[in-house]
This record gives sequence, structure tokens and C-alpha cells, in this order.
Amino acid sequence: MSIWEYANPKKFIATTTPVIPWAFGGAMLCLLVGLVWGFFLTPQADRFGSTVKIIYVHVPSAMMAINAWAMMLVASLIWLIRRHHVSALAAKAAAPVGMTMTLIALFTGAVWGQPMWGTWWAWDPRLTSFLILFLFYLGYIALWEAIPDPDQAADLTSVLCLVGSVFAILSRYAVLFWNQGLHQGATLSLDAKENISDVYWFPLLVCLAGFILLFVALVLMRTGTEIRVRRLRALERQAQRALA
Amino acid sequence: MKALLLRDLRLAIRAGGGFGLSLAFFLIVVVLVPFGVGPESDILSRIGPGILWVAALLATLLSLDRQFALDHEDGALPLIATSPLPLEAVALAKALAHWLTTGLPLTLAAAPLGVLLNLDPAAYPWIVLTLGLGTPALSVIGTFGAALTVGIRRGGLLLSLLVLPLYVPTLIFGAEAARRGAQGLEVATPLLMLAGITAGSLALLPFAAGGVLRINLR
Amino acid sequence: MMPELGKYAVTVLSAYGVTLVLLLGLTGLSWRRWRRLKAEMDRIERGRDG
Repeated sequence: MSIWEYANPKKFIATTTPVIPWAFGGAMLCLLVGLVWGFFLTPQADRFGSTVKIIYVHVPSAMMAINAWAMMLVASLIWLIRRHHVSALAAKAAAPVGMTMTLIALFTGAVWGQPMWGTWWAWDPRLTSFLILFLFYLGYIALWEAIPDPDQAADLTSVLCLVGSVFAILSRYAVLFWNQGLHQGATLSLDAKENISDVYWFPLLVCLAGFILLFVALVLMRTGTEIRVRRLRALERQAQRALA
Repeated sequence: MKALLLRDLRLAIRAGGGFGLSLAFFLIVVVLVPFGVGPESDILSRIGPGILWVAALLATLLSLDRQFALDHEDGALPLIATSPLPLEAVALAKALAHWLTTGLPLTLAAAPLGVLLNLDPAAYPWIVLTLGLGTPALSVIGTFGAALTVGIRRGGLLLSLLVLPLYVPTLIFGAEAARRGAQGLEVATPLLMLAGITAGSLALLPFAAGGVLRINLR
Repeated sequence: MMPELGKYAVTVLSAYGVTLVLLLGLTGLSWRRWRRLKAEMDRIERGRDG
């Protein structure tokens, strides 16, 4: 019994289908508790006023935006090395989720920046990096859509993901070098207690768990959908060949 | 490889290839900018290096999609692929041909066009140096993008969408080095980073482009 | 029940609102596509057995 057995599409669907409702349920529960806790029950911060509550949607979505790309990178590598179709489809399935997370992070960052820095948009390194990440997601999804042959599309997008990752990291450093920026440093390190007090920290953790579960549920579901799309297409082709 | 390079160069210069076209595009963009931002010479001289960089970047983009597409359409690409030359070398040759027909002329044209933007005299050597150092990276990255989209009909727009984000680090370091050089600030770091990106792209991206071509020809 | 948001009410509420709309939208779309394909798949598989 190895983990590669789940690379069998049928087995993947059979195993993950019962997991999806649980993941969704967990995500809903965590998000409900975390967001309600964060929104209604946390005090205002001295410096931020009530805008501190935005942290509960901003930070988890920003984290998932990056993690989604990392997951796509791993899945692409698995596809290129071991050629498991599920892996390629999982990467495809994760891209729109990651893009949505990037969009949320950008939007919440912009509305937060308005009262705090006095501007909707600043060419701050982190904001700029996320904008570039958003462009990478766009290009990746567009390439998937443009190629009709699924295996070829999987190959090409995987290579794009690899090359893109290198350039995304390069861009991150380039942007950092280019402009030092207004963003506060990492508030979410392991010694987070020094930066952010428990009152804000616990609901944030719950929200993080909620976003992670939601991501898992969405990716599993979308991967299952992609598997079925491919299977349907294969069946159609079979039927056409039988007729011909 | 040399034969392929010479052939590409000949094709580019002859049949109305991208050769003159991207230079003309470069000229037009640089001419249009003052209409957009106003004729004040101090503003123009301040944003000049950045304008030249962005315009050069767009001009290189313009001639990318014909790089493999023409060979793909007339069936020359599979023939090239069956030759003893590995596809990685083909990609490198294509990138080199692209640079010789666009990157190099753009670099040389940047200096006279700088006059239109009221560039500070101190800025000229830096613009030429950074463009000369950075355009090879633009060509190689673009070749990778062209190889990626070779099988797609009307891939030109998609090509821009894929390649432009990849151009970001080169643009930042190149324009930053040019700007700092013009103001007499320290330039070693961005210049080294720019050279590093070019060297790294030249060393690694032909392999990615070759692999992608192989996938597309399957 | 509503917490005092002060002068940043619009900011905070719009951030939460947009997040929820985007997440629910994505979930809804994914869910609809999943159900449609599952139904189609089931139909074809039943057709092949029968």
C-alpha cells in the first residue's frame, strides 16, 4: 500500500468523495467560528482601529495564495516525473482557487491600505509581488485553456509552472530591492506572540485552519470534476471510433 | 547550428521579418510617450530610462511569435527536429538570431532615441550598457514562451500574457541600474543581478525551451 | 450585537463582504460543475450496463 495508489483516478474519486463533505463541513465550521470570533469578539487595536479585523481574511487568503502555487509546483513535478494524470489535474484544479485567494488578498490589502497608508494602492513589495503572482496564475490558466490535447497541456503547463516559480521568486527579490515598502514585516512567524497578542492570534489560527480545509475541499472536488471531464471525453472518442 | 542561425538571420532580414518592424515600433512608442505625459523636459529626462526599457521590452515581444510559428506552419520545424542538432541548441540558435535582429538593434537605437526624451548625458552609457546586458535575457525568455505556444493558433496574445510576467525581474534590475547610473548612484548590485539573470536564463532556459518544443512536436 | 466599527465600518465590511462573495462564488461554481459531471457520468455508466 503506497501513496501512489491514489494516483489511480477511479480510486482517487472513490476515496476522496466521502472526504469532501467532511472537509467542507470542517471548513465551514472553522470559518464560521473564526470569522464570527474575529469580527464580533475581538477588541480594536490601538493603531489599526477596527481595521484589525481584516486580518482574519487577509492573512489566510494571502497564505493560501502562495501555498496553492507551491502545491501546483509539487503536483507539476510529480506529473513530469511519474506521469500520474491525477497529479496534473490536481494542479489544474488548484489554479483557479489560488487565483481567487490572490484576488481576495489583493482586495482586502487595498481596502486596508486606504485608511492605514492613505492610499488604495502602493507599489509596496508585498502588494507588487502578489500582483505579479496574480499574473502568473492568469497565464497558467490561459495556457491550460488554450491547448486542446490534455496530456500536452499538462506537460506544457507543468514546465511553465516550474519556470514561473523560479521567476516568481526572482521577482520577489527584485521587487524587494526596487522598493522597500510600507508593509509591516511578517506578523505570522513562530514567535508570533511578540508581534500579535493572543486575543487576535487564536481566531486567526481558526481562520487559517478554515481556509486550509476549504482549499483542500475545493481542490479535491475540482480534481474529481476534471477526472470526469477527461473520462467523458475519452468515452466520446471511443463512441466516435466505434461509429466510424 | 551556424547554418540554422544564418538561415534565421537571412529570413528575418529579408521577407519583411520582424527586423525593421520592431525598431519602428520602438521608435513610435518613444515618440508617443511625450504626447501622453507632456513635454516638460525634466519629467521626460527623469522617466526616460524607464520608458526606453519598457519600450524595448514591448518591441522584443512583437517579433517573438513568428519565431517558431513560421517554421511550424511550413513544416520546417519537424525537419529541424530530426536533424542531428538537439532541440536545445535549436532554441539557443533561435534566441541568438532573435537577439541579433531585435535586441542588438534596439540597444544601438536607444542612444539616439534618448535625445527625444531629454536624457541626461550621463545616462547614455548606462542605457546602452543595461540594454545590451538585459536584452539577451529577454530574447531567451521570449524564445521559451514562443516554444511553449508554438502549437496554438493565434498564440500571439497568449504569448504576451505568459512572457510579460517572466520579464519582470529583468525589467526591474535593468531599469533600476540605468536609473541609478544616470543619477550617479551605486549600480553594482542591480548590474550584477541583471548579468546574473541573463547568464542564468542563457544557461537554463534553452533546456526548458527544447523540452517544450519536443512536447509540442509529439 | 453589531460591534462598534467606528469610522472604518465600510472598509471592514467591504473586505469581509468581498471575501465571502468570492469564496461562495468559487465554491458554488465548483459544486455545480461537480454535480453536473457526476450526473452525466452516472447516466453514461448506467447506459453501458443496461
